Amino acid sequence: MMSKTIKHHLTDDLLMAYAAGSLPEAFDLMVATHLSLCDDCRARAESFDAVGGHVLEDQNQPVGMNEDSLAATMALIAQGASTPKPARPGCPVLPSPLQDYVGGGVEDIRWKPIGMGVKQAILPTTREATARLLFIPAGAAVPDHGHHGIELTMVLQGAFSDEVDHFARGDVEIADEDLKHTPVADISEDCICLAVTDAPLKFTKLIPRLLQPFLRI
Amino acid sequence: MFTEIDTVTLDEPAAELVARLPWRAKKRIKDKPVSGTKNSCDTKTEWVDHVRRIRDAQDQTAFAELFQHFAPRIKAFLMKSGSDATMAEECAQEVMATLWHKAHLFDPTRAAVATWVFTIARNKRIDVLRKQRRPEPEDLWWGPEAEPEQDNVIVLQQETAQLRTALSALPEAQRELIEKAYFGDLSHREIASQTGLPLGTIKSRIRLALDRLRHAMN
Ligand SMILES: [Zn+2]
Repeated sequence: MMSKTIKHHLTDDLLMAYAAGSLPEAFDLMVATHLSLCDDCRARAESFDAVGGHVLEDQNQPVGMNEDSLAATMALIAQGASTPKPARPGCPVLPSPLQDYVGGGVEDIRWKPIGMGVKQAILPTTREATARLLFIPAGAAVPDHGHHGIELTMVLQGAFSDEVDHFARGDVEIADEDLKHTPVADISEDCICLAVTDAPLKFTKLIPRLLQPFLRI
Repeated sequence: MFTEIDTVTLDEPAAELVARLPWRAKKRIKDKPVSGTKNSCDTKTEWVDHVRRIRDAQDQTAFAELFQHFAPRIKAFLMKSGSDATMAEECAQEVMATLWHKAHLFDPTRAAVATWVFTIARNKRIDVLRKQRRPEPEDLWWGPEAEPEQDNVIVLQQETAQLRTALSALPEAQRELIEKAYFGDLSHREIASQTGLPLGTIKSRIRLALDRLRHAMN
C-alpha cells in the first residue's frame, strides 16, 4: 500500500493546522487520507502532535478539577468503552479515512455523471469546505470544473498530467483559482482523485490564509 | 545557534525546510530497533509505566496520578479553546476515561504520553466544540507485535525532551504564537487582532519558530 514515489506532499501549514485541529472537516479528510499513504508527511504530522503535547503539558495555569472529579471519571470508566467501529476490509483504492466517508470500498462510491464521462461523488462533511471523489476515464481530460478558491487534488488510482507536472497515487496538487490547468488522465487506467475545495458559496476565511505562504499569493 | 534569522524567508516553502532538516525521523515507522544508547537506562520514561499499569492491571493508583497531572491541564486547554468551565470539566473527565479505555493502543515508541493525551483532548474539542468528525489516518503500526522495543521507547523520550527544551528556548513572542495556534480555533487573523501584531509578522514568527525547532532537533 505504501507508495515510495510520492513527489507532491502536504505543506507544513496544513500539517500544523491538522495537528492543532483548526481545519474544516473536508481538509482534515484530505490530510488524513494523504497521511495514510505517506510516511514522510506522517512523521512530520507526528512532530506537530508532539508540539501540541508540550503546549498542553507546559501550561503555567492548569485549572483545578472539581472535588469529586476523579470519582466521577471512575464511574464513567465503569460504564465501559464505546464500541469501537468495526474494521473495514482493506480497499486497494480508498484508505480507511475515505472508506468511512464512502461507507465502504471503491465499489460502493455513488457516482454522479458530470459530463464527458467524468463522474463525481460529494462526501458528507461540514459545509465550510467540500470534499468529493472524481472519476476521470483513462485518457480523458477533466472539463473545466471552475473551482473557486483553493483546491487540493490527490490521486487515489491511476495518474494525471497537467501543465504543472505528472501526479500519481498519493500525490497532492495544490491549486488556487488562478491556476488554469487541464488535468488529463493517463491512458493506462481510469483515474480516481479526492478533491477538496473551500465551498464556492461560503468562502472560508481560514484556508486561503493557511495556504498563502505556500501559494505565495 | 539561534541567530540565523535572515536565512529564513517567508517565501521559502516550509516543506523544503523540513526536507532539509528532518526533525522526526520516519524510519521508526518501520520499527527498526535503534542501538547504541548505552546510558539510556537513566532516561526517565515519563508516564509510560503508568499507562502500562493501567493497561495490564487496571491500576487505579497509576490512573489517579495521571489524572492529577493531566486532567487540570486538559481542562485549562479546553477553556483556552473557548469552552466554559462546566463543559471543560466534563470533557476532561471524558478524555481521561478514554485514556483508560485506550491504554492498550498507546505506543510509546511513537508518542510521548503528553502527545497522546493532547491528541485525545484535541479530538474531543473538535467533536464537542466544533461539532465535526475528525478523520484520522489509517493505522499502520498497531500490529499484533509484542512489547515495543525499549530502545525505541527511550529514543522517543529523548527526542521529546529535546523538543521541549527547544520549545522553551524560543523567544517568548514566538512561543506564545505557537501556543495560541494550538489552543484551538484561533486563525492567524484572530491571533493578529488579539496580539496587535500584523499578520505577516505572525506568519514569519511561527515559521521562524518552527525552523528553530528543527535546527534544535537536528
Ligand atoms: Zn506526503
